[in-house]
Amino acid sequence: MAQRLNVLVCSGASCLSSGSIDVKDALIEEIENNGLEEEIKIIETGCMGPCELGPVILVYPDEILYKKVKKEDVKDIVEQHFLKGRPVERLLYKSTETEKLIKKHEEIDYFKKQKKIVLRNCGMIDPESIEEYIALDGYEALGKALTEMNKEKVLKEIETSGLRGRGGAGFPTHLKWKFTKDADGDKKYVVCNADEGDPGAFMDRSVIEGDPHTVIEGMAIAAYVIGADMGYIYVRAEYPLAIERLRKAIKDAKEYGFLGENIFESGFNFDLEVRIGAGAFVCGEETALIHSIEGKRGTPRPRPPYPSVEGLWGKPTNLNNVETYANVRHIILKGGNWFSKIGTESSKGTKVFALSGDITNTGLAEVPMGTTIKELIYDIGGGAPEGKTIKAVQLGGPSGGCITHEYFDTPIDYESLTELGAMMGSGGVIAMSEDTCMVNTAKFFLDFNTFESCGKCTPCRVGLKQMYVILDRITKGEGETGDIDRLVELGENIKKTALCGLGQTAPNPVLSTIRYFRNEYRQHIEEKKCQAMVCTDLLTYYIEPDKCKACTLCAQNCPVDVIEGERGVVHEIQQEGCIKCGNCYDVCPFDAVVKTTGEF
Amino acid sequence: MKKEEILRNYEKRKDNLLYILHDFQDMNPYNYVTDDDMQLIADYLGLPYSKVYGTASFYSMISEKPRGKHIIRLCDSPPCHLMGSVDILDVLKDELGIKVGETTPDMTFTLEKTACLGVCGVAPVMMVDEEIYGNLTPKKVKKIIADYKEGKK
Repeated sequence: MAQRLNVLVCSGASCLSSGSIDVKDALIEEIENNGLEEEIKIIETGCMGPCELGPVILVYPDEILYKKVKKEDVKDIVEQHFLKGRPVERLLYKSTETEKLIKKHEEIDYFKKQKKIVLRNCGMIDPESIEEYIALDGYEALGKALTEMNKEKVLKEIETSGLRGRGGAGFPTHLKWKFTKDADGDKKYVVCNADEGDPGAFMDRSVIEGDPHTVIEGMAIAAYVIGADMGYIYVRAEYPLAIERLRKAIKDAKEYGFLGENIFESGFNFDLEVRIGAGAFVCGEETALIHSIEGKRGTPRPRPPYPSVEGLWGKPTNLNNVETYANVRHIILKGGNWFSKIGTESSKGTKVFALSGDITNTGLAEVPMGTTIKELIYDIGGGAPEGKTIKAVQLGGPSGGCITHEYFDTPIDYESLTELGAMMGSGGVIAMSEDTCMVNTAKFFLDFNTFESCGKCTPCRVGLKQMYVILDRITKGEGETGDIDRLVELGENIKKTALCGLGQTAPNPVLSTIRYFRNEYRQHIEEKKCQAMVCTDLLTYYIEPDKCKACTLCAQNCPVDVIEGERGVVHEIQQEGCIKCGNCYDVCPFDAVVKTTGEF
Repeated sequence: MKKEEILRNYEKRKDNLLYILHDFQDMNPYNYVTDDDMQLIADYLGLPYSKVYGTASFYSMISEKPRGKHIIRLCDSPPCHLMGSVDILDVLKDELGIKVGETTPDMTFTLEKTACLGVCGVAPVMMVDEEIYGNLTPKKVKKIIADYKEGKK
């Protein structure tokens, strides 16, 4: 008997951490208690996208979305909705614009404005079921490629599609495949970069955890074209769920004959293994990744030779990002022409973005290239929360740059972002409001890159550290005239001379914030002022005598005892010993403590 | 699982080094790889000890020093930082009585900072062993630590 209701429970990493397992268990129990097991099926899916609303469940066939579901809500869901057909209103999504409740998930702006190719199955299928993957055209593209198309024809479709690498650099995928295909070698490899170390990026994680077979199929098609019979997926060790799901998917694919020998009776052999990292951001760089798979320290090496010619164990290796491979099967099934009609002149297809920071709808969003930044962060992202404004977005993580609101009408594609001093990167978008200090943010990214530097080349190892020292002084109120010029000179030199992509792009956040927020730097240096009130050393707390009621609450909460006063005597903060912890500011019931910045 | 058993699971190929290091570390109640372990691995794979040590010390998730039973990794990347990971760090330092990189005297917890965990949708986030905890508040963190102390997790 076909079930009358399918209940999809999002089990992406974010919803899992918000308690989706408890919700699922409660659903199972409640459905059993009501004798509905034959009629209602529960499916655990990968990430549906809107992490901010998690735990999320989606009820089919009516496509009703429930948000922030707790296990205590399940009784109502089963009794009111499943038994009596009345959706539970308090769990429905409420539009911030119209204030109306929206039942169907496709009517919610966040979903409506997306175009899902890579994420098509995520949140829709059980990622641990190969049968569900197959039911939605799974492995049909591989079958078509192996039995109806020769290698040149497959390569031609990829070329027509205009697919460019989604790891960040945007190199034309068909060219990389061609170079590896044409390279001399008795053995060739395909490798998938699932290291995803960029802060604020969780696209690849969601694809692997939500739809692992799509990556396997893409890699198999690539292997067919280039003549490889072995592939590796390199996953960072911080993603244990992704590793587990991939391993299961590979095992199932082997059982079904989609991996192994003589796939689709075509004579093509292909095997796949998972390799794990151990906490090194630099291993996202292709040559460092290759060294890591080989069991060595993950340090990069100069290129050329490129991995296409000399990669894993010195053999020609095609290395692509998760998202790049995830696009392949759709291109083969629907044709390169279809794909090339989506996006802009130079950047075809869609891009998956991960929205985080000061934004209402954090989570994943897949949009056609050419969508403007404004549409992405306002229409889909919902803008800034609680009456704040977004002053800039950081695109491309620690390799990227910020884009200010004046440029939010820019369509997103590889070239337009590079012109603005940012980059597409892997897809992380971090929204920053007026409460963010851009100098401190730049220092933050630089700190990350300095820590993650492998140490092999001097520009990165020493240069980034020197940039950090200058930035640190600036945020501590010890900035000097000429510091901005020093940062720019150092940054530009490091970009030209560092050995690998980490060092070459590490100065970007600093250079980009200087370009658009020079005023904030100037204020920090000349006026000792942090407008966003973030840099602790540039803050001053003082008590307004007129407002002080001498209740002694501030003095009681001062960890360093620098507030003088007693009951009935107006209090005063001794600035010399003040550690700027802000406790007095937080506890004063009369708003008598003032937080300020600049010369006092 | 004994050390020899772990090694027998893997072919004598140098590219198995990271897997073997992870397994040795996971098997050790103090979550680290000892000098003896590294020598054993070196002998098995036909590598010099220095190569094994050099590789192990490169990766931040492999430790050559004893750590606590539970490793707490607080994400300190920009999205989590923007959402208040600094306050969460203060709570953790208070509750555990240790600084970043240190282990509690009873060897129960080690506190580390980590790079982005890829769950930015629910920032701020921390990972305890292999469990992710998101949307952290000081109250939640205190409860999580208490649960681990009582052996509930």
